[in-house]
Amino acid sequence: MALTGVLRPGHVALRVLELEAALRHYVDVLGLIETARDAQGRVYLKAWDEHDHHSVVLRQADSPGMDYMGFRVDSGHTLERLAQEVEQSGLATGCQWIPAGEHPHTGVRFRFTIPTGHAIELFAEKDKVGCLTGDSNPDPWPDDLRGMAPSRFDHCLLYGDDLDGTVKLFRDVLGFSLTEQVVAGPDKLQIAAFLSCSNKAHDVAFIRHPEKNRFHHASFNLDNWNDVLKAADIISKKDVSLDIGPTRHGITRGATIYFFDPSGNRNEVFSGGYIAYPDKPTITWTDEELGRAIFYHDRKLNDAFLNVLT
Amino acid sequence: MHTTMHTIEIAGSGERYACAPGQDLLRAMESLGRRGIPAGCRGGGCGVCKVHVEAGRFHTGKMSRACVSDAEQGEGFVLACKAYPDSNLRLRPVALLRRCLERQQTR
Repeated sequence: MALTGVLRPGHVALRVLELEAALRHYVDVLGLIETARDAQGRVYLKAWDEHDHHSVVLRQADSPGMDYMGFRVDSGHTLERLAQEVEQSGLATGCQWIPAGEHPHTGVRFRFTIPTGHAIELFAEKDKVGCLTGDSNPDPWPDDLRGMAPSRFDHCLLYGDDLDGTVKLFRDVLGFSLTEQVVAGPDKLQIAAFLSCSNKAHDVAFIRHPEKNRFHHASFNLDNWNDVLKAADIISKKDVSLDIGPTRHGITRGATIYFFDPSGNRNEVFSGGYIAYPDKPTITWTDEELGRAIFYHDRKLNDAFLNVLT
Repeated sequence: MHTTMHTIEIAGSGERYACAPGQDLLRAMESLGRRGIPAGCRGGGCGVCKVHVEAGRFHTGKMSRACVSDAEQGEGFVLACKAYPDSNLRLRPVALLRRCLERQQTR
């Protein structure tokens, strides 16, 4: 197994203002599948091509935003090793073990707060309930999909203050590679970092921002550009709040559209990008080209996209 | 069916637009192509469209307590995307207020 250590984003836990409205969005519009509800009223969902029990967790609360994001690691041994290394790094605070079963069908999770203020989890066990096509002579896609029907939860973009500390933690301790970055000013201060634990252009990304622990978006993968256009149709058909798109990012090359859930949490569906090997040189964007780095067609900064957060 | 439209005035900009009783203040403005209240998530979550209602009656949907506290709501602050008019209204966007103050400070 060449891909070791941290394998992939495993779940994102989001707060929503009204659970039923959120479910209509995440199930009927986005097209995730509900897999469980727990005694606290949290709802667990997954995308059709994911094997693991859940990748999105929704909880009703007084303010929207992200509670935490979890990454799957390759083994219990790796989980223990990384937990120890995260604690010893001095970069994380609030280190704690969440007992097995606190998420249904999930083993113990190691939770810690990173320098940008976000709660991040590592876990090694989550039951593989199977993807909708099955694994024996599967069809390329299942019947009865709803909405945009992404194949997987893909990544998050998060905003916070101590970008340097968070990037150091993800690169030096968790083994992520820096695929792309944005630098600004004469000192070339890093203001954005795109980090990969896999072959994807990003598994998580961070933007330097004065406040801690802000959430920009959770992103879900589609097969192709036509599916992105169809997602745009669904956004109008279902009267969803559109942010921007369909368009293309310079950064990561993804074809994309952004929209909001009924509580104001931003979602993205996107397709494409490139294969990122760990030895790929980092792509650097400079602030004077930031417009086309973010939206390659518009080529200008979009105030709402940059500053609307939960 | 007869629907009484309410007139919404954006104080300081002179902008006026019509809003149906069941429609939120932001949506009504945006769908008419009018400007004045900045649009963000349109879901009561981000706080970008926060306004202070100076005159008139309205009711609200659920909005983020991180954006509008109980006390603020009592003083007439609300997110335009979660406010529905019950009469004609005059409102002032908080972002415009802030810009106005900043302009005075730089003078």
